[in-house]
Amino acid sequence: MAQPKKKGFLSTLYQNRVAYVYIAPFYILFLVFNLFPMVAGFLLSFFRWDGLSDMHFTGLQNYVNLFNDPLFWKALWNTLFIGIIAHIPILLGGLILAYILNSKLVKFNNLFKTIYFMPMVTSAVAITIIFSNLFGYNYGLLNWFLSLFGEAPINWLGGDGSLIKVAVIVMFAWKWIGWNMVIYLAGMQGISNDIYEAAEIDGATHVDVIFRIMIPLLKPIILFTLIQSTIGMFNLFTEPFVLTGSSWTGGTNNGALTLMIYLLNKAPQGGTLYGYASAVAYVITIMIILISTLLNKVTEEREPKQRKAVRA
Amino acid sequence: MTTLILILAGYIALLFLFSHFGKTVGKKIALYSVLILVALVMLLPFYMMFVMSTLKTNEIYSFPPILTFGSNLGANWEKMNKSVDLLKAFGNSCLVTFSYVFLSLLFCSMGGYAFSIYDFPGKNTLFAILLATMMVPATAGMIPWFLMMSKIGWINDFKALIIPGCANAFGIFWMRQYCKNNVPKALMEAARIDGCSEWTIFFRVIAPVLLPAYASLGIMNFVNQWNEFTQSLLILKRQKFFTLPLLLRSMVSDRGNDYGAIMLASTCAVLPLLIVFLVFSKYFMSGLTAGAIKE
Repeated sequence: MAQPKKKGFLSTLYQNRVAYVYIAPFYILFLVFNLFPMVAGFLLSFFRWDGLSDMHFTGLQNYVNLFNDPLFWKALWNTLFIGIIAHIPILLGGLILAYILNSKLVKFNNLFKTIYFMPMVTSAVAITIIFSNLFGYNYGLLNWFLSLFGEAPINWLGGDGSLIKVAVIVMFAWKWIGWNMVIYLAGMQGISNDIYEAAEIDGATHVDVIFRIMIPLLKPIILFTLIQSTIGMFNLFTEPFVLTGSSWTGGTNNGALTLMIYLLNKAPQGGTLYGYASAVAYVITIMIILISTLLNKVTEEREPKQRKAVRA
Repeated sequence: MTTLILILAGYIALLFLFSHFGKTVGKKIALYSVLILVALVMLLPFYMMFVMSTLKTNEIYSFPPILTFGSNLGANWEKMNKSVDLLKAFGNSCLVTFSYVFLSLLFCSMGGYAFSIYDFPGKNTLFAILLATMMVPATAGMIPWFLMMSKIGWINDFKALIIPGCANAFGIFWMRQYCKNNVPKALMEAARIDGCSEWTIFFRVIAPVLLPAYASLGIMNFVNQWNEFTQSLLILKRQKFFTLPLLLRSMVSDRGNDYGAIMLASTCAVLPLLIVFLVFSKYFMSGLTAGAIKE
């Protein structure tokens, strides 16, 4: 720390030393463990490097290889498919449940809220272990349930590998629906009762109230949950990984190969293609930023400026 | 499939009829039926996990599935302890999680407090930088981050999971909001006149005021770290460093393991936090959704 003798820059620093010491941990740790890796990752994505021998500058070769790899497109398709389909029950279900719990006709709100929220505090690995059993072919609860209606058992996790995405979607939705519901409910409780009463007098139906009043008013909150679950979608790793028995290629026919599994399989887990993996990481990052910006733009257009979500 | 779809369509039609034309009782039935159905779906996996941890392996694989508790809990417990060291993993999870939560609460509250109370040159710029860092996903630096950890010898070291993320931007931002609304400046002035140092003011005067904020942020960080899997998988390679999620993963991928024992281990991994959640559910829900809702 500087001495107080010198006037000017250093002495102002010294006078405010307490504040700087208090905020220093974040900036130091961010610089070392976030910013430096980010910059290094960007540079590394233009090199071929196995982590040991010399680095070779290859220009955009990693990116070219990436976009020419059918497996990357498969991973991207799987990730988007799982994410987008899962958002239907998460968004719609979350809204409907919140709407019901917000109704004055219903009691035990806290009990239901608590039950719906339980998956959020549960380890994704444990959840996946249970679901892999429920989705079992010859013994699973789901196939037994189907058999009650005279259906033949479905090979969810095996077969040609296409149905495993259904299992991942179910888990993803099962986990996030409660979180979204609690957020939407808090948003709905923030809406003044006068608005509902006015709508009721005007003869609005439930559907009108949901789509004309609630969703527009909740837009900033919905946007927040959307961005969060989009990030969750791109980071989707644990569920498909454990569901396929720790397969780094996403199981049969790469059915559950997500971008995150693809990335970690290049390096550091499967291989040692550090440069290539950095390129993958940057492509994922850019996609996350693009989608978040897009979502922000879409909602901002129809939204007066002063009512933004507390993003964070 | 047709039977199922017909039943579903019929149910939705009934709901629609009840909620539009029914009397209050009809509406109530419709609303409760949805709530209870969803609640059953949410609870079923937990229930099945508890049930299966008391079954023999061949009972777990029987068809139709057994839906009631069995009598094999003790044997599963013995098998589980023979193949893995659950207590050790539990200890590791506790060590990582509690250290992380402690450090993150300390650094985040210090940062948030400084940004809300003190005036110092560069404050606005620094805060803008802090906000900007929240917009960039950490995925970008993932690979060099791992290389860095192996260079400084933090593979198989809990420090890699604790230190890098412990002073996070969101926590500081959130603490700042809380300080702004809840820390009266008069409190600090009084303490200063009494001759307290800034350090003492923070720990003796301010920290107690921040307790509710500590609770929410602490719960959020605790749950996230307790269930963290991806980073742990990259960092912790040796069995004696495994946290609970890693231990469960290793049990599943090792085909020789008894399924009842796996289910019991899952139960043991999930139950402690679940019980704490059920007791303090209100605080958990407000803590884990803190980012979305204005305080």
